[in-house]
Amino acid sequence: MKEIDELKIPEGVRYSNDHEWAKVAGDKVRIGVSDYAQDQMGDIVFVEMPEIGDTFAAGDEFGTLESVKAVSELYAPVGGEVVAVNETLADSPELINQDPYGCWIMEIKPDNIEDLQNLLDHEAYLELLQGQ
Amino acid sequence: MKNAPGRSGLIMEEPLLWEKGKVGRNGMSIPDSDVPAAHLAEELCGPGPDFPDLSEVDVVRHYTRLSQWNFGVDTGMYPLGSCTMKYNPKINEKHAAAEEIGVAHPMLEDEYCQGTLRIIYELQNYLAAITGMDAVSVQPAAGAHGELAGMLVFAAYHESKGKKRTKILMPDTAHGTNPASAALCGYKPIPIKSGPRGILDVAQIRELMDEETAGIMITNPNTLGLFEENIREIAEIVHEKGGLVYGDGANMNAIMGIVDLKKCGVDVMHLNLHKTFSTPHGGGGPGAGPVCVVDSLAKFLPSPKVEFDGSQYRLESDRPESVGRMHAFHGNYAVLVRALCYILTMGAENLKKATQYAVLNACYIKVKLKNHLHLAYDRPCMHEAVFSDKRQQEFKVSTLDIAKRLMDSGYHPPTIYFPLVVHGAIMIEPTETESLEELDTFIEVVKEVVHEAEIDPDLLHNSPQRFKVKRLDETQAARNPCLRG
Amino acid sequence: MRYLPHTDADIRTMFDVIGVKDFEGLFQTVPKSCRYDKKMDLPTPKTEWNLNSYMAEIKSMMKVTPSHTMLLGAGRYQHHIPSAIPSIMGRSELLTAYTPYQPEMAQGTLQGLFEYQTLTARLLGVDVANASMYDGASALAEALLMGIRVSKKKKRVAVSTAVNPHFRQVVETYFRPTEFEVVELPFGADGRTDLSGLAGQEGFAAVALQSPNFFGVVEDMEAAAGAVHDAGALLVAAFTEPLAFGLIKNPGSCGADIVCGEGQSFGMPMAFGGPGLGMFGCKDQFIRNLPGRLVGETKDLEGKRGYVLTLSTREQHIRREKATSNICSNQGICTLTAAMYMASLGGTGLKKLARLNYDKAEYLKQGFADLGAKICFSSPTFNEFVVEFKDDFQPARKRLVEQNIVAGLDLSRFYPGFDNRFLFCVTETASKEILDTVISEVKK
Repeated sequence: MKEIDELKIPEGVRYSNDHEWAKVAGDKVRIGVSDYAQDQMGDIVFVEMPEIGDTFAAGDEFGTLESVKAVSELYAPVGGEVVAVNETLADSPELINQDPYGCWIMEIKPDNIEDLQNLLDHEAYLELLQGQ
Repeated sequence: MKNAPGRSGLIMEEPLLWEKGKVGRNGMSIPDSDVPAAHLAEELCGPGPDFPDLSEVDVVRHYTRLSQWNFGVDTGMYPLGSCTMKYNPKINEKHAAAEEIGVAHPMLEDEYCQGTLRIIYELQNYLAAITGMDAVSVQPAAGAHGELAGMLVFAAYHESKGKKRTKILMPDTAHGTNPASAALCGYKPIPIKSGPRGILDVAQIRELMDEETAGIMITNPNTLGLFEENIREIAEIVHEKGGLVYGDGANMNAIMGIVDLKKCGVDVMHLNLHKTFSTPHGGGGPGAGPVCVVDSLAKFLPSPKVEFDGSQYRLESDRPESVGRMHAFHGNYAVLVRALCYILTMGAENLKKATQYAVLNACYIKVKLKNHLHLAYDRPCMHEAVFSDKRQQEFKVSTLDIAKRLMDSGYHPPTIYFPLVVHGAIMIEPTETESLEELDTFIEVVKEVVHEAEIDPDLLHNSPQRFKVKRLDETQAARNPCLRG
Repeated sequence: MRYLPHTDADIRTMFDVIGVKDFEGLFQTVPKSCRYDKKMDLPTPKTEWNLNSYMAEIKSMMKVTPSHTMLLGAGRYQHHIPSAIPSIMGRSELLTAYTPYQPEMAQGTLQGLFEYQTLTARLLGVDVANASMYDGASALAEALLMGIRVSKKKKRVAVSTAVNPHFRQVVETYFRPTEFEVVELPFGADGRTDLSGLAGQEGFAAVALQSPNFFGVVEDMEAAAGAVHDAGALLVAAFTEPLAFGLIKNPGSCGADIVCGEGQSFGMPMAFGGPGLGMFGCKDQFIRNLPGRLVGETKDLEGKRGYVLTLSTREQHIRREKATSNICSNQGICTLTAAMYMASLGGTGLKKLARLNYDKAEYLKQGFADLGAKICFSSPTFNEFVVEFKDDFQPARKRLVEQNIVAGLDLSRFYPGFDNRFLFCVTETASKEILDTVISEVKK
């Protein structure tokens, strides 16, 4: 497990309390999990993803990450409708471990793009991690 | 490790069954046909499965070699917390394998099988006596199956009271089968955090228990090896709101002859015959999980039930309030025979001694190891003690590494990473069938591994060294499952 | 006592180390109000020799003995068990081993289970088989629950009334506390399930048939798969006699999505109904919804082939209330027993043994037919069939028990209108002489 100062916490994305990240991509929002999350999970062996067209409110469970010994639920940081899922994760779930911020899990059309402001920024997320 | 038992091996290679054999070989004596070949419609027939053809020698050698790669209780100690890996008596095997029992068909009329029915009847009574409960069904085929039976009894009881309840209180130390069994009956588990002393906090239960809650599932002693001292008060709170108390009896080995579960307020419980009652684990099964209830709930027990009218044993199926049938027949019958033999061999005094010595052994280990491994709760334990890898973290050595290195000395590791409330848990349950010398050797080995963790962590990271295989890649197995040949 | 090694000296030493003076000192945390305050009411302990006498007395109460031939199946079958099997399966490294959670010291169990999974998958014609469920009945209940999980939204399942009645009772037990409905499908005069009720129906997650069914009748599984899939449901194919698949088409090849059944015939004695073996398999696409343990192949740190329990995140110890099932144990040693039986029989032997069972059952069936008894169902059967005698068969049946033959099962208590109908089973254990004896008793 990495120490806090070894974790990547890029600016330019927003974070949820459950360690997901959300990043604006045009009028859509891409969602993935933070470096802390993938480090805690260990080797990811399977990603359960939603279907295109599914809708979620902020805080709804939209999928799961499985490692050999654990399962972690994924919670939508903001509400919206799924417009794309990252198909490469079906064959290569380890990409999340290798590149947690480059490897998005789902892309949604947000109900309200302003909702991202409710999430944590780089500093606030770092504070959250220090408190863990 | 000079005195440790596991230092050399006789490990033969052996391929997979279909990597051997030749078409036309045969390993079984098939009688010639003494009747004419009957007409057989073509469209019915399939080609038959692609099985290898092997001789009896091929097959016997195959499984003999496979067995030699295995560790069993007869090989050495399994200090597995929560599993009660005690000695499996051989006399029990003899009776379970008796021909007279082997040929008993379960659909025979009662009058033809008084012997096999009597075995069930006696076992029912003895298990009731041991637990303090009133009525027993031996139909469930495993502990989890017994838990399901228990949850079904809960559901039947609440239905009889006219109200379907939707929640159930679940301690955070509960075994995974508890919430899984509850979920099968539509109960949502409501988590209860254990308090700082490692036992349940009465105030929390008083706050959470309501008339939507079916009851509580408790393990006593709990999975930290600690007696739930407040169980009677907890039971009162639950009963007051019309709920029931379920007792997970996995840890029965800590309390035989000492604790009366009915007096504790338990309404429904299960036992694990493959734990407390010495039946062998068989590499994963079969077990048996009899369910025991108080008098008022006896009518809900699974059907059919064995009754005795004074002269004849009978299967009673006319039980309108029963939760129904759980198993095609009478459960894992041969396992029941073994458990009965064990109880008849031990008797009341020796079962109580078994409990006393099991607790004695665990307390001894706890005292001897507490300065070497971090003890999760420095309090009196019962038949198992929970440690953790806290002190080894600075050397980047985990519970897993410690477990793998212990193997190299000829010990099966303790239970690891359970219960979940202790990070990096190492749960040690020696059972009463381990002698003082065995415990002392085990303790020395653990101390040595702890020392190795400090001076040579990589040795632990690359353990085990002495088995047929080194550490296996479980990630690959899960990412790219290859589940058959 | 021979299982309790502690001497008084040992106990004193340990008391000193712990810091207590007696056993009561170890139980301080148990309140008086919880104590078992009398002696447990159990018989005096028996020495090994007394236990042998006691068990001999119990065994002598059995009126059906090892000398009897069992012409009775109904979910539990009398087959020859080669001596090599109990001999090897009694080896304590296999029998007293724990669940293989520490794979390095359990490669025997794990390779054995991997082989079992493979042979079972090949036998049943499925992509993957698990490492077993408790028995065929609970396996069927779990298969239907799996069907519901896979369908995500559907709330109904259907089960043929030609499925073993005890299996159906277990399904009912599992489904009672749920919000899901179990619908019964009737069988026709030919002894096969009548699927016409499915036409135009939606909302069924899974439909279960047994083949050969409780009456020994071989269902038309290919047609069933068509009808069931047309209704948007999964086909669950159950069985109680796996030997059948040495002769008839396996359920996977007929289109079944989930296959489940009882494997006791493969090396386990009848033993009053247990332990048995729940064989369970499915198509690849449903793997993540599969209940029960799974063994997978992998490599170790040095690239050597080895086996581990895998896809464990489906199971209760990780997934807890969201697990695919609450199941923890499997049938362990019974699973290896079945694999050893399949290995001993071999592909060639399995076909030969299945054909022998078929021919013998047909011989008895024909014998009854020649006497004017009614063979109730016209469809093909495997090693079981239903016959209706002209006269009350019970007296003849009692006489046959005296002659060491248990002749059939009275079906009247299982199905309305089945008076004087009996389910007969003939396996390789019944000689032509025995069958002729039965026929001549009926003739009288």
